[in-house]
Formats: sequence, structure tokens, C-alpha cells
Amino acid sequence: MMQRVSFSHDKHLIIDDLTLHLDGEARTVILGANGAGKSVTMRLLHGLLKPTAGRVTWAGHETRPASQAMVFQKPVMLRTSALRNVAYGLKLAGVPQAERLTLARAALARVGLAHLEKRAARVLSGGEQQRLALARAWALEPRVLFLDEPTASLDPGAAREIENIIAEIAAIGTKIVMTTHSLGQAQRLADEIIFLHLGRVVEQTPAAEFFRLPRSPEAAAFIKGELPWV
Amino acid sequence: MESLTQSFITALALIVGVDESLLTVMGLSLQVSLGAVVCASLIGFPVGALVAVGDFPGRRLATVTLNALIGLPAVVVGLLVYLMLSRSGPLGSLGLLFTPTAMVIAQTVLIAPLVAALARQVIEDAWREYHEQLVSLGARRPRASLTLMWDTRFSLATVVLVGFGRAVAEVGTVMIVGGNIAGVTRTMTTTIALETSKGDLPLAMALGIVLVAVVFLMNGLAYLMREWSMKHYG
Repeated sequence: MMQRVSFSHDKHLIIDDLTLHLDGEARTVILGANGAGKSVTMRLLHGLLKPTAGRVTWAGHETRPASQAMVFQKPVMLRTSALRNVAYGLKLAGVPQAERLTLARAALARVGLAHLEKRAARVLSGGEQQRLALARAWALEPRVLFLDEPTASLDPGAAREIENIIAEIAAIGTKIVMTTHSLGQAQRLADEIIFLHLGRVVEQTPAAEFFRLPRSPEAAAFIKGELPWV
Repeated sequence: MESLTQSFITALALIVGVDESLLTVMGLSLQVSLGAVVCASLIGFPVGALVAVGDFPGRRLATVTLNALIGLPAVVVGLLVYLMLSRSGPLGSLGLLFTPTAMVIAQTVLIAPLVAALARQVIEDAWREYHEQLVSLGARRPRASLTLMWDTRFSLATVVLVGFGRAVAEVGTVMIVGGNIAGVTRTMTTTIALETSKGDLPLAMALGIVLVAVVFLMNGLAYLMREWSMKHYG
């Protein structure tokens, strides 16, 4: 959970006194216009950014638990094979060498990339690279998986494949926290919506309710597509 | 003009005929510069990586210093190393002055900043791209620098080739600390300088041609490697 967290960069207040409680296994989608602070909020949660004020805690502890993973908008792959990219994540997680390749192969198979394990990761297509990024995250069996606009640079077909994989990962008990620009995707994947506006949580609502009857005027305007995309 | 053409033909004959004095000089040149670039890489890569991913006060000053040291004049480096190694200098007791080892040391000092500065640029660019992903996966800085160095291996190999190119083509340091002793510390560049001033143009020209060919070869290799790695690894 985040308690009264603020984050400034170059004297710009990006996150403004934000309190947020993430719970259990619901799939949480963070929505908001560009500049609302979605990506920064996720990075604060995941510990990639340190809050300028306030604190982020996990079950009462300030140290980030190891069982977290994040998938970025643009997958970052090392100059080695697909298989070794997944194995690298396992290595950093402290998995013994003997088990790494087996686990990595299993993860590749789950995202449908088993046949590409020997290919260099960076020459795969955008959709394949993002599936590979999901495999790398999934292999770690994270308790929480953050996804920052994972389908923003993909075509609709590839995006749907990614969505299916995210749903599968959620189904085995991993907490999903993601941002997206696609309301359709949010409707398909979210159990719960957190709506951000100008660095503040405007509402945190069950997804069905959010799309039927948003509580805040900002969210209502956003759904109607009236909010200017700054 | 005629004597120039004549010199050129003699030069080619020396190269084609694999002249022995030519070979000795080439061999020493390549050995010294190879030794220097290996030492410079052993120093330059870790330093470059440290400045690239390190989080310490003075990091920017270190970057500027590395970049500035690239322009260090070879004769000045030669003079400094000469002073260190000369009999009355702090390392004089080692008796290294006017030996190939002294030349390796001087060239190492000359090109280590170049290797470090270029490596820093390469690794820092990669760090910018990978930073969040590596931190997310739990990599701390030492581990991250090793990963980045492995991942940029093709670019770093190009850096080595550039360093070698600079070392093999420079004359200032090897002339001063080597002393240009025939058969012992005479390299391609010092021979060219000497033979030209003596008026023995054929040998100077032959070595000049070989030297340019070596530099071309290095750049060609760098280019091919870059192309190959882009195609296979992206």
C-alpha cells in the first residue's frame, strides 16, 4: 500500500499526496490521461523510484519483497538467446543453475515461444519480445506483476495474445497491476479500476461499476473521451 | 619525381619480397601495440563501467576528465613515462627504459583513457536503456555492470580495435621511451621518422603503406563485426 506518497521531479509535483491500498488478488488497472502519473505510481510501487515524501509498504514492511516483477512498454532484451534472457532473470532471483534452463523452457512454452528459444531475443518481433518479457517475469513466479502499458506498441492481434497471457498469469494467483491506454483492454482485464487525475487518486472502483457509473466527473469525462490528452 | 617513383617501386619490392628488417620492425610494432591495448582494456573497461553506472560524487568530473585525457599529446605521455622510468626516476631501478616493456607501459598510459572514455559512453548508453529492467530484476550495480559489459561486447571489441589503431600509429611515446634502437625498440612509426630524415625513402614508404593497411584492416574488422552483430543480435 502507498501512504500519503508524493513524488517530485525537477520541482514538478507529479504525484500529490497519494494514498492507495492494493489488496489480494484482484486485477487492478490504473487509468488516467497522459501525465496523470500512472507510470510513476507503478514505479513507486515497484521501488524503481523513491518517493519524495510518504512511504510504500508491503504487508507493513518497507522493503520491497523479492517476489515482484515488471513488464515495460518497450521490452528490454539482452543480446543473447530468448532462452538465456529468461534464465538471466532466474539467475538474479537466485535460482540454482541446474534448474534455470528447465524453468526457462517451461516459461517459454507457456507463452508459446518454445520454438524460438535459440533465437536472439532482440531480433524477435515486437509481439514476440513482449511475450518473452512476460515469460521472463512469469518464470519468477511473482506475487505481484506490474505491467506498464504492455501492449501500447503492438498491433491488435499481438495485443490480444498478451492479454490472454496476462489473464492466465492472474488465474494462478498473481496480483496484476497494470496501466493501459485502451479502455477496451481495461474492461476485458480489470476487476478493479484506479483512476488517476493530476497525480491524485480520483477513484478506486470495481471495474463493472466504473464503466457503468463512474463516481467522479473526471472519470466520466475520461470514459466519454472528453478529457483532453495532454 | 623519378626518384619518388623509384622509391615507391623499391618500397613495393620490400613488401612483396617480405624483407626481413621490415618484418622485424612490423613484428615489434604489433607486439607492443597489442600488449598496450590489452593492458589498456584491462584498466579502461572497469574504469569506464564504474563511471558509467556508478553513483558517486564527482562522476561528471570523472567523465569530463576521461574525455579530456583522450587528447593527451603522445610526446607528453612519453616524457612523463620517461621521467618515471629514467635512472633517477621513481621506477628507475627496474631498468625498463629503452625496452619494449617501457613502450607497452607508455602506450598503455596513452590509450587507456581513450578505451575508458569510449567504454564509458557505450556502457552508459546501454545502462540508460536497461536500467529499469535490471533494477526490476534485482540486479545491483556490480552485477549490472558485468551484464552491460557482456551485452555491449561487440561495441567494446570495436573500442579495442580503435585503441589498437591509435597505438600502432603513434610515434611520440615509443620514440621517447623506446629510444628507437635498431632491432630492439624500433617500430614502424619510429623507423619511418628516422628513415625519412636520413633520406632512405623506400623503407619509410614501405612501412607507411603497411601501417595504413593495418589501420584500414582494423577499421574494416570493426565495421564487419558491427554489421554481423547487428544482424545476429540486434
